[in-house]
Amino acid sequence: SALAMSSAATTPPSVDKVDGFSRKSVRKAKQKRSQSSSQFRSQGKPIELTPLPLLKDVSAQEQPELFLKKLQQCCAVFDFMDTLSDLKMKEYKRSTLNELVDYVTVSRGYLTEQAYPEVVKMVSYNIFRTLPPSDSNEFDPEEDEPTLEASWPHLQLVYEFFIRFLESQEFQPSIAKKYIDQKFVLQLLELFDSEDPRERDYLKTVLHRIYGKFLGLRAFIRKQINNIFLRFVYETEHFNGVAELLEILGSIINGFALPLKAEHKQFLVKVLIPLHTVRSLSLFHAQLAYCIVQFLEKDPALTEPVIRGLLKFWPKTCSQKEVMFLGELEEILDVIEPTQFVKIQEPLFKQISKCVSSPHFQVAERALYYWNNEYIMSLIEENSNVILPIMFTSLYRISKEHWNPAIVALVYNVLKAFMEMNSTLFDELTSTYKSDRQREKKKEKEREELWKRLEDLELKRSLQSDGIIPT
Amino acid sequence: TKLDDSKMAGAEGDDSLYPIAVLIDELRNEDVQLRLNSIKKLSTIALALGVERTRTELLPFLTDTIYDEDEVLLALAEQLGSFTVLVGGPEFVHNLLPPLESLATVEETVVRDKAVESLRKISQEHSPVDLEVHFVPLVKRLASGDWFTSRTSACGLFSVCYPRVSSTVKAEIRQHFRTLCSDDTPMVRRAAASKLGEFAKVLELDYVKSDIIPLFTALASDEQDSVRLLAVEAGVSIATLLPQEDLEALVMPTLRQAAEDKSWRVRYMVADKFSELQKAVGPEITKTDLVPAFQNLLKDCEAEVRAAAANKVKVFCENLPEDSRETIIMTHILPCVKELVSDTNQHVKSALASVIMGLSTILGKDNTVEHLLPLFLVQLKDECPEVRLNIISNLDCVNEVIGIRQLSQSLLPAIVELAEDAKWRVRLAIIEYMPLLAGQLGVEFFDEKLNSLCMAWLIDHVFAIREAATCNLMKLVEKFGAEWAQNTIVPKVLGMANDSNYLHRMTTLFCINALSGVCGQEITTKHMLPVVLKMSTDQVANVRFNVARCLQKIGPVLDSSALQAEVKPVLEKLATDQDMDVKYFALEAISVLALA
Repeated sequence: SALAMSSAATTPPSVDKVDGFSRKSVRKAKQKRSQSSSQFRSQGKPIELTPLPLLKDVSAQEQPELFLKKLQQCCAVFDFMDTLSDLKMKEYKRSTLNELVDYVTVSRGYLTEQAYPEVVKMVSYNIFRTLPPSDSNEFDPEEDEPTLEASWPHLQLVYEFFIRFLESQEFQPSIAKKYIDQKFVLQLLELFDSEDPRERDYLKTVLHRIYGKFLGLRAFIRKQINNIFLRFVYETEHFNGVAELLEILGSIINGFALPLKAEHKQFLVKVLIPLHTVRSLSLFHAQLAYCIVQFLEKDPALTEPVIRGLLKFWPKTCSQKEVMFLGELEEILDVIEPTQFVKIQEPLFKQISKCVSSPHFQVAERALYYWNNEYIMSLIEENSNVILPIMFTSLYRISKEHWNPAIVALVYNVLKAFMEMNSTLFDELTSTYKSDRQREKKKEKEREELWKRLEDLELKRSLQSDGIIPT
Repeated sequence: TKLDDSKMAGAEGDDSLYPIAVLIDELRNEDVQLRLNSIKKLSTIALALGVERTRTELLPFLTDTIYDEDEVLLALAEQLGSFTVLVGGPEFVHNLLPPLESLATVEETVVRDKAVESLRKISQEHSPVDLEVHFVPLVKRLASGDWFTSRTSACGLFSVCYPRVSSTVKAEIRQHFRTLCSDDTPMVRRAAASKLGEFAKVLELDYVKSDIIPLFTALASDEQDSVRLLAVEAGVSIATLLPQEDLEALVMPTLRQAAEDKSWRVRYMVADKFSELQKAVGPEITKTDLVPAFQNLLKDCEAEVRAAAANKVKVFCENLPEDSRETIIMTHILPCVKELVSDTNQHVKSALASVIMGLSTILGKDNTVEHLLPLFLVQLKDECPEVRLNIISNLDCVNEVIGIRQLSQSLLPAIVELAEDAKWRVRLAIIEYMPLLAGQLGVEFFDEKLNSLCMAWLIDHVFAIREAATCNLMKLVEKFGAEWAQNTIVPKVLGMANDSNYLHRMTTLFCINALSGVCGQEITTKHMLPVVLKMSTDQVANVRFNVARCLQKIGPVLDSSALQAEVKPVLEKLATDQDMDVKYFALEAISVLALA
């Protein structure tokens, strides 16, 4: 019933969305949408804030006190779906937030111990909220416009303020850690599901700062990101902030100490690799591939499990994804050590050989481009006695059969390169091509016969058990 | 069983014919598709090996080589669930546990779920002793596994072994379940929450109170809404297990809290499970608690929640205690329903429209006319076609209570508008309700107002609509009879045979295909056949081969003299047509009608 969750989050399909004849982009263009969290709605009562003097207009001693008061005022949250309500107060809060942003950037000595809980409280009141259901049940992040957060005029300033606070020279993690704790981080991570890219961008910076400054929270943050990803891969396939989280991880991985801990390796193999299976891979593939390569640059011994993992999850039907996989594989091959290459070359080139003969010309083309990569070429050359026999059949066949002339031309070049690399083996393979095919056909026939015999046996068995023929 | 064993193992397990290596080679084939095929025929391989070698050679091989494509593993997990007989029956069934245990720990959810399903299935085939010696230890291993996948799988296995083990083992099982409910990975807590209700059902009532209730309370206030919403479902099951006097203290506080959860997903779940909840807690709590909760859900700030609640309006009202049903509906529910009729969200309105008509049977004639009818009429004019469709598709409920006449004035414009909607799916939907409407509105109203619509659909530019219109005519004839058909629709259908558009000429043929059976031999022979035969000289080949297909179709309705004298010569001529498709279908018709 993990699925019940995702169906809960979607609206029933409506008749007008089912019509195959209206193009999706046309349908969507009509709606310029924005939304706000559930908690802001249905409050009803107008909010009254008593205007306070500007911080710069009071004496230095009075500032800390006034700062706290302003933080408390900014805890009031307005309903932005109602564009007519509380206009004056909304404007007042906006200017106060602006003032606070400037104040934490330039002031000195403002950050008393009492200010920490008030800052965290103000930020929490404003940013932590249950994200509303997605308006479109078939939201396609590649084509559809994201739903924007209606309260952004305030929200942006709150994020801005919080980042300046975290980056302030006076900021002391040892005090702040009492308030910026696991629960805070957990709520922060949930916000990464926001549909608004502007918000996710701010969240990325916030989380990055917190990860940098609070050593005690690091393991916890990594673990929760783990959980988000696992849920994304195995339960819902829906989470808007995967690319942002991966981007943060990219720099986290960069900072891992050597030798890598088992926990980190597990994260690579059991979380990052399975992320490749998700339907919406294109939205975060660049960041994902970056993380993978970071890992391999840290510890080349991980190359084999990584490549085996990619091969296991190789796309079966989606050509776009296949092209992405080939791209990532090339990034990996760019940094692979020759000793690692030898370990993985056989399964790897069996897959490449399949890609090269893909009827989808972009897939075939992407794979054939490997032969333009000097480093990969040098690896192939060193191991041509292994790789050539694997590749030969496919290359030979498509040089005669592929529908796309550009592919045929590329294949000729590859064959030529192989011929120059290892002419003895090449000639041998050419001369045995026919007999090899025949041997394969014979084997195929034997298989069929084996299965036929087995099926006869099963048939006989069921007749026996039905008492039709005696045992 | 011993005797069966030897029989099974003896005759077929012929080593020379089926050496295990050959079979295992098949399971290891480089081509995934071939490997998958072999795994799907695993039972055949086991049969060839016989029970003993299946146990000693095949199963260890399968256990050792569980690193494969998920698709292969899925097939394997499924196969093993019905392998008991192939390993020698119930006394050997535990031999299947090792491979299934590994499968229950893989990452891919579908594989794991299938492995758990198979484990649940074969648990029933274990004797109580085997259950304690083999099965329960497996559950414990999974429950204390390092990676979350095995702990997740364990959650689904507690309830199948609990009823059949000793009380010491039962205590251990309860302890393991408790631990998983507070696991630090949310995936495991979700799995535990989703099995909580099922586990509660097999527990002794005392333990439901002492063990399950605290777990339920904890899961229902989990920090993750995805866990909390699963606890709601469990809460409904738990409520059915408890005696009425315990409900208020043990589950109601938690359920009340769920109905007001800050996450709309949890509230959605409460709305979605509302009918079950209502049944579980009984009439008193329904009156005191559920009615106000339901009102809140109908007024929720999220459309998702309102739609889910709107869907339950009818069932909720139906199941209210009879003594106060009408009062509650009129004073508490109906005001909310009235607001929903003009909701801003079309899914909410459409959910309501799909059930609102059902209220008329509950409220009776007078209330329906006074309170519901105005709402139906508003919904019949809704801007969203789905809302209108939902009202029209449920007319039968109102028909029983107040008769459809009251509505027909408003109904007609709504139907006409839907019939001409720009979206063909909407047109298709209304066509499908035509026979029902025709039955309820009666033949006169139909002839006067709707007949022309039905005929207009026959020349729609979308094939699916023409096809549905054809089928619709057949259903109408079934309702109104052959004589009606002959007077109203057959002339119009046949008239289209002279249309200049070949698509319309073909529609005539398709209509005849559909109508000949219901119209009977006389109309078919006298009116339809001549038209079909005449069309055999049509200049468009598609029309000609459809003539052949049509003749094949109506042949059984005709008598043999018509077949011999009229159909046969035409088909013979078509069989020599220069178009190969025409030839093909003519020959097919000749052979099917046995005219050769």
